[in-house]
Amino acid sequence: MTGSTLPPLYPFRESPSQTAGPYVHIGLTPNVCGITGVYAADLGATMVSATTKGQRITLEGRIIDGSGAPLKDALVEIWQADADGVYHARATEAFCGWARSAADPDTGVFRFETVKPGRVPFPDGRLQAPHINVWIVARGINLGLNTRIYFADEAEANEADPVLGRIEHRDRVATLIASGDGQTYCHDIHLQGPQETVFFDI
Amino acid sequence: MSANPPPIAGFFPRDRTWHPKALTPDYKTSVLRSPARPLVAFGNTLSETTGPAFGHDMLGPLDNDLTLNFARPGMSAIGERIIVGGRVLDEAGRPVPNVLIEFWQANAGGRYRHKKDGYLAPLDPDFGGCGRTISDDKGGYHFRTVRPGPYPWPNGPNDWRPAHIHFSVFGHGFAQRLITQMYFEGDPLIARCPIVRTINDPKAIAQLTARLDMNASVPMDALAYRFDIVLRGSRSTLFDNRMEGN
Ligand SMILES: [Fe+2]
Repeated sequence: MTGSTLPPLYPFRESPSQTAGPYVHIGLTPNVCGITGVYAADLGATMVSATTKGQRITLEGRIIDGSGAPLKDALVEIWQADADGVYHARATEAFCGWARSAADPDTGVFRFETVKPGRVPFPDGRLQAPHINVWIVARGINLGLNTRIYFADEAEANEADPVLGRIEHRDRVATLIASGDGQTYCHDIHLQGPQETVFFDI
Repeated sequence: MSANPPPIAGFFPRDRTWHPKALTPDYKTSVLRSPARPLVAFGNTLSETTGPAFGHDMLGPLDNDLTLNFARPGMSAIGERIIVGGRVLDEAGRPVPNVLIEFWQANAGGRYRHKKDGYLAPLDPDFGGCGRTISDDKGGYHFRTVRPGPYPWPNGPNDWRPAHIHFSVFGHGFAQRLITQMYFEGDPLIARCPIVRTINDPKAIAQLTARLDMNASVPMDALAYRFDIVLRGSRSTLFDNRMEGN
């Protein structure tokens, strides 16, 4: 682009990002921060119901800054396939693949009650390992961060996962894998430092 | 624009020189919250090209009116009444219909309804500070609110945010997810703000600056500001090489 006198090929550029700031919860989870009566319920609070197919899991974790402290003002959104590996844009009675969680103002813990996702295809037909797509915004984060969460008890699928395969420094793959007992999975996301989580340019 | 657009094959790559960098030391909070290692890139898969969709039926009648949605019966929020609106487009200039747009802001005095906000300016009992809408079939959207006040914030010894409204926008794929802020034409605090200045290109800052639109204003009621939002463009599965995208 630099130095070119040709007109741009595309008429517009993406709106530049700005931080979500310290009060993101007013906009996205107002009931959590005490603004009640505007929306009956916060969006993205519930993913599963009595009719949801699949293995119920609780996913929880914290976002840790470069000093080792958890972010208490972050907001995390996830997007995932159902237990059969199918993405549903429209939530159904049985399952909503999208959710958001405000970090706890005292502990910084985010939490999702969901099901373990099935495997979804990579463009070349191979299957990706079960994973949850994660987007993180907060004060001090200028552009939302994209990462993924995989599962420690899917070692074989993880080994063959085409996205994990893109990670050149193999010791970093572990930063994307949540450990758990089949019911509760814990996963801290490190913004900096020796355990810095892999973030993606998608 | 058929009712069932072809599946998205991938989004135009994000220009990370146009967006703010992660580490912007003049905005001090970014120092400990910015990843230091390079991002890992890969082509979009279904995990990135799909995303949640929301129906117009989820909206309440006052969701897009911040002057009324928290107000006591018969009351409305204090401040300059404004209408903010525009279109959601993609980089190819195509409208992005049926996407959820959420917004939040301080009240007319620059105070947020939040327990961490201790600014001297008072809360307005009739103003909550959040709203939402869904773009129409041409990508259009609008909402009513009051113009937010500027406010001081702890960063440098005397930093003030320009008047701004925070926006959260969904696209059709999760990789289009975007949060940004809208500023107001003519505000002298824009150029002084360390958060605005995380963006390098003045043209990019201009893109976040809403313009007064007298034609959209309602006489004896509200001034209007025009704010178009641009999401990443996409390629479709069926027409991978169509220059204009689809
Ligand atoms: Fe703000």
